[in-house]
Amino acid sequence: MAEQTSIKCLVWDLDNTLWQGTLLEDGVVTLPAPIRDLIAELDSRGILQSVASKNDHDQAWKQLEELGVAEYFILPRIGWGPKSDSVREIAAELNFALSTIAFVDDTPAERAEVQFHLPEVRCYAAERLPELAALPEFSPARVTVDARRRREMYQAGFQRKAAEADFQGPSDDFLRSLELVMRIERATEEDLSRVEELTLRTSQMNATGVHYSLPDLRGLLADPRHEVLVTTLNDRFGPHGAIGLELLEKHPRAWHLKLLATSCRVVSFGAGSAILRWLTDQAAHAGVHLVADFRRTERNRMMDIAYRFAGFTDEPCDCRAELPAPEQEEIHRLHLTPEPSAPPPTMELHAVSLRGV
Amino acid sequence: MSMDQAVTAEGIEQAITEFVSGRVKAEVPADEDLFASGLVSSMFAMELVVHLEQAFSVQILGDDLKRDNFRTVQAMTALVARLRGVEQPADA
Repeated sequence: MAEQTSIKCLVWDLDNTLWQGTLLEDGVVTLPAPIRDLIAELDSRGILQSVASKNDHDQAWKQLEELGVAEYFILPRIGWGPKSDSVREIAAELNFALSTIAFVDDTPAERAEVQFHLPEVRCYAAERLPELAALPEFSPARVTVDARRRREMYQAGFQRKAAEADFQGPSDDFLRSLELVMRIERATEEDLSRVEELTLRTSQMNATGVHYSLPDLRGLLADPRHEVLVTTLNDRFGPHGAIGLELLEKHPRAWHLKLLATSCRVVSFGAGSAILRWLTDQAAHAGVHLVADFRRTERNRMMDIAYRFAGFTDEPCDCRAELPAPEQEEIHRLHLTPEPSAPPPTMELHAVSLRGV
Repeated sequence: MSMDQAVTAEGIEQAITEFVSGRVKAEVPADEDLFASGLVSSMFAMELVVHLEQAFSVQILGDDLKRDNFRTVQAMTALVARLRGVEQPADA
């Protein structure tokens, strides 16, 4: 079973694995072209890469920079401690299960040490590097736009975290210092694979708990009554990628918000509220009410609160009668009579106009 | 914050003031509109809900979750006091 799980992060040894030579003894090492290609290939597949090496940290990192590959590695652990500790720390910082981590090293004793303490980690001998890219566990079924930028997003995330830890002052001031830019656009075919991933991965912030499959969403793209919207977020550290999905059906008197899912990663930036505020503004200008499906789950309380704070209530309204009955009994519908709303002062918003069909 | 301190409306207000001031790193008068002043992000609003529920052993559900109930320390105090069945001063 373990072999079925895709690898999400590959941890490299350096001496005689990533490069040829022993840095501290030879002073000069070389990076074979096939290894350089492999690093770039895995990166493009959205597989993160890190380092666990027994070396002098500064010297080894400088060497990676000189070889032009340092940017590919996140959370490097270069020092003299056991490699099992390094691998465990890397997995913990990434919040990845150990079964999604791979470790490659030319020294059998090092692989044995990691294997002994972390039996779930998949260990590979350096001789197997030429075949690595062809192995199924290194070949994700689908590589989305965001997967290709995954490393960049993690790196931005680490910098963001450090900046927040250093920041003293009200939280809105911190948000403003991030220079958040939100974009809300109609989804394209290419966006669809990443929005599908979003509905699968963000159970906490999915208001209905309904999973829309790729064909479902594709069908709705073509339907003029429906709007499938994708929200992306950037800040001064880099992209967060696609962080929100909204599915709306337009009726004459009310817009029916069937799904609002946002990534847990951006809850603290007020992304969900910003999306609701924008929708409220659009509906106000279109002269329609908003009705949102909501199904309470153990994990989406935050979404309930976001709706309520945005002004949604249980109040009765004639516009509710326009909508077909919910397909699932547990879904209840929140209502809002919208008023024009300015975007939050903490972010810059670029969005499509939903008025007119 | 201890529950002993929080059973009166005054105690509730004091405890909420302490929590909010600590989080926004500023003095917060009981009647200050936290949303208008930009003091409170939407994330913090959610934190407030969860904090009030845990600190005062109440459940805030449905239409009680409306924004106006969290707009000022006074409004939150009134909400918690009502949910706990605490007698409130006439001017609250």
